[in-house]
Amino acid sequence: MDIGLQHYLVASGALFSLGLFGIIFRRNLIVVFMCLELMLNAANLTLVAFSRFTQHIDGQVFVFFTITVAAAEVAVGLALIVAIFRIKGNGKTESLKELKF
Amino acid sequence: MESFLFWFFTFGMLLGGVGVVANRNPVASALSLVISICFLAGLYLLLNAFFLAAIQIIVYAGAVMVLFLFIIMLLDLREEAKRPFRWGAFFVATVVAVLFFVALSRVSHSMKDRFMAIPSGNSDNITAIGNLLFTRYLLPFEVTSILLLVAMIGAILLSKKELK
Repeated sequence: MDIGLQHYLVASGALFSLGLFGIIFRRNLIVVFMCLELMLNAANLTLVAFSRFTQHIDGQVFVFFTITVAAAEVAVGLALIVAIFRIKGNGKTESLKELKF
Repeated sequence: MESFLFWFFTFGMLLGGVGVVANRNPVASALSLVISICFLAGLYLLLNAFFLAAIQIIVYAGAVMVLFLFIIMLLDLREEAKRPFRWGAFFVATVVAVLFFVALSRVSHSMKDRFMAIPSGNSDNITAIGNLLFTRYLLPFEVTSILLLVAMIGAILLSKKELK
């Protein structure tokens, strides 16, 4: 069986859904953040697959930018988590309820 | 051979993803994420994106994961205490994720006829990426440096002793 574009898209969709599941289900802030990384990686896989199958190299340049942005995002996000830890004393999502109606 | 490698890498990647979601211990979650990312780099290799596979390993499995592990050790996160399993949250999360996956697969299947022919890729795509990066995407490339500077300043400010 030949591996086509749709195989890569379904694989990336599965990874993205896993990340989505984790973000809804888990309560540890750091694990939620890691699930976010999974979703970013799934999007990257889609970009690379399309870049391969349409012969446009632009998709790979986009992934390059995405990885850069993800690295910056991880630095700021982890600093935020450390700040939350210092203020709240724990890293649970349910301790962040100031905006809860 | 390509088909076998595809299933091997995909299976490993998804297994790592399950490990991230299912592990109680954050350190184990982070290590599962490393596994998942390495297998994803394998998929990039299959797609002829050699440069991105290297970047993926260096930046994600190297820098980002070291940052994650460093923070986990710094905050001294332990294994979560046993708590009653939250069936409600589990149910909601499963329904949302499965519905999303089904929608994505249906869209993917509509692509089936459009790009089925596998084109012969050129292996020298690093030159092409470099050319694009310094011609058409020069402005985003330069803006990225400002973004990194802002992220650095933000991270330093946020982790100062007293937040004002």
